[in-house]
Amino acid sequence: MTVSSDDVRHVAGLARLELTDDEVERLRRELSTILEYVEQLEGLEAGRATELPAPDQPLRPDVVERWEDVRPLLDAAPDLVDGLFRVPRVIE
Amino acid sequence: MSSGHHGTAAALAGAVRAGETTAAREIENAFGRIREAAGLHAFLSVREEAAREEAAAVDRRVAEGDGGDLPLAGVPVAVKDNIVVARGPTTCGSKLLEPYVSPFDATAIVRLREAGAIVVGKTNLDEFAMGSSTENSAFGPTRNPHEPTRVPGGSSGGSVAAVAAGCVPLALGSETGGSVRQPAAFCGVVGVKPTYGRVSRYGLVAFGSSLDQIGTVGATVEDAALLLSVIAGSDPHDATSASDPVGDLSAGLDDGEVAGTRIGWPAEYFGEGLDPAILAACEAARDALAGAGGEIVDVSLPHSPYGIAVYYTVAIAEASSNLARYDGVRYGLRAGAGDLSAMYLKTRAAFGAELKRRIMLGTYVLSAGYYEAFYGKGTAVRARIRGDFERAWERVDAILTPTTPAPAFKIGEKADDPLAMYLNDIYTVSANLAGIPAISVPWGRTPEVPDRPALPIGVQLMGPDFSERRLFEIARFLERKAPPP
Repeated sequence: MTVSSDDVRHVAGLARLELTDDEVERLRRELSTILEYVEQLEGLEAGRATELPAPDQPLRPDVVERWEDVRPLLDAAPDLVDGLFRVPRVIE
Repeated sequence: MSSGHHGTAAALAGAVRAGETTAAREIENAFGRIREAAGLHAFLSVREEAAREEAAAVDRRVAEGDGGDLPLAGVPVAVKDNIVVARGPTTCGSKLLEPYVSPFDATAIVRLREAGAIVVGKTNLDEFAMGSSTENSAFGPTRNPHEPTRVPGGSSGGSVAAVAAGCVPLALGSETGGSVRQPAAFCGVVGVKPTYGRVSRYGLVAFGSSLDQIGTVGATVEDAALLLSVIAGSDPHDATSASDPVGDLSAGLDDGEVAGTRIGWPAEYFGEGLDPAILAACEAARDALAGAGGEIVDVSLPHSPYGIAVYYTVAIAEASSNLARYDGVRYGLRAGAGDLSAMYLKTRAAFGAELKRRIMLGTYVLSAGYYEAFYGKGTAVRARIRGDFERAWERVDAILTPTTPAPAFKIGEKADDPLAMYLNDIYTVSANLAGIPAISVPWGRTPEVPDRPALPIGVQLMGPDFSERRLFEIARFLERKAPPP
């Protein structure tokens, strides 16, 4: 499996990661090596989906719970104005 | 080491309940030991003030005659810094969460408090639990207490080092591919990965959601089991937590019968690449079980060699999705000015090299054109790995293997070879992929050779879903038979 520099840049864009040229080259080599290792799965037969670990997942009662003190939640925000999260303008 | 209670957590809790010592005294002793071991860098933060208040509350309960039902009364516990404790930091070993203060307790922490335990500090880890050495922490590596030039393993390296160095008798870690068992083996303590769903993940920062489980670390099997008893059980805040009854996991482990127990010995785990001293340790553990009337049965887990390849499709895909939330909007670090896109890019630039590698790999295997070939294939082979185990359980009660292929490596030794680092987890990932419980128990040390001192060895037991109690009984037997650490 050979990954190209363009592949790396495309995937970095999808993942919202900004990479230097050195990082692109290093990741190109590392991704190629690791994906080549993963290719040993090719040709193996699939198992039954029922064999995947799956706990019973009961739904909890749909009851509203009050979070008494919302202040610490809001205080975690990097930029808060009047109880609202401020972000850079997205619509001109 | 400073004065203080050097017994097990179980004994310490008993002494606190009986009024022979106090929670306040025990946590001060723990703080003293943490300060003495500061060079290991096991802790990222110590919560002295909050812990003192909580200890005083436990002591008041005991004094009022109301402490009789506190299984961990006054026991100091260390917590991996990807499990949230209210009103304190949870960094995940990352610059991204360095400013974060949690507004709530994880369910495991709530249960620790209800049991009378005192969280004394948060421990170092590979960034977002991604790594096998604790070298990937943004705040610097943790050192192995047995040999400080070597890694403690990871990603729960801080929690394990804290127990191995005697700072605390108990610690919480987390597992996605062996992050409790591998460091436990490297540091000579007991590490438990419970059945998927056994412990609520509410308040555990997500890495690979189909794999993640909070695990326990203790100096003894009984202690690790006691800690699991306290934190296990269903939780309305985590729909994947199992409703199966927990039962008492730690009482009377010495009475567990090994005679007649069928122990599986899978050839796939004893092939090329296994350190001869670790092979010899497994054989000695096997012979001890056979000597006590255990029945050793050859089993085959033919898909185990594909574990790492499957893991690095499934885990990284889930990781890249889970890490998409770190965008600098609602909490954590925000960097960059100008437009929204620049803010995302500059904020996420704070991820370390291993995080970027995994986000890139995960995004790649989930991207158009590659999803079926990688993620789809990984999931399909994962079912085969679980199927191998299900067939084995028709013939055996538990499976005995090494925990790691080699003992603790040197700091920096594998830093430039990600694949070599990943292969460290070859014997542990299958339990996570299959969702089954597993435990690592110390079994002596490697012989001293030039350039390598004697280092701890761990042997691993795996069992069917929710067989923790049985595994603890067998592990307790091995603990009694093991050569001195």
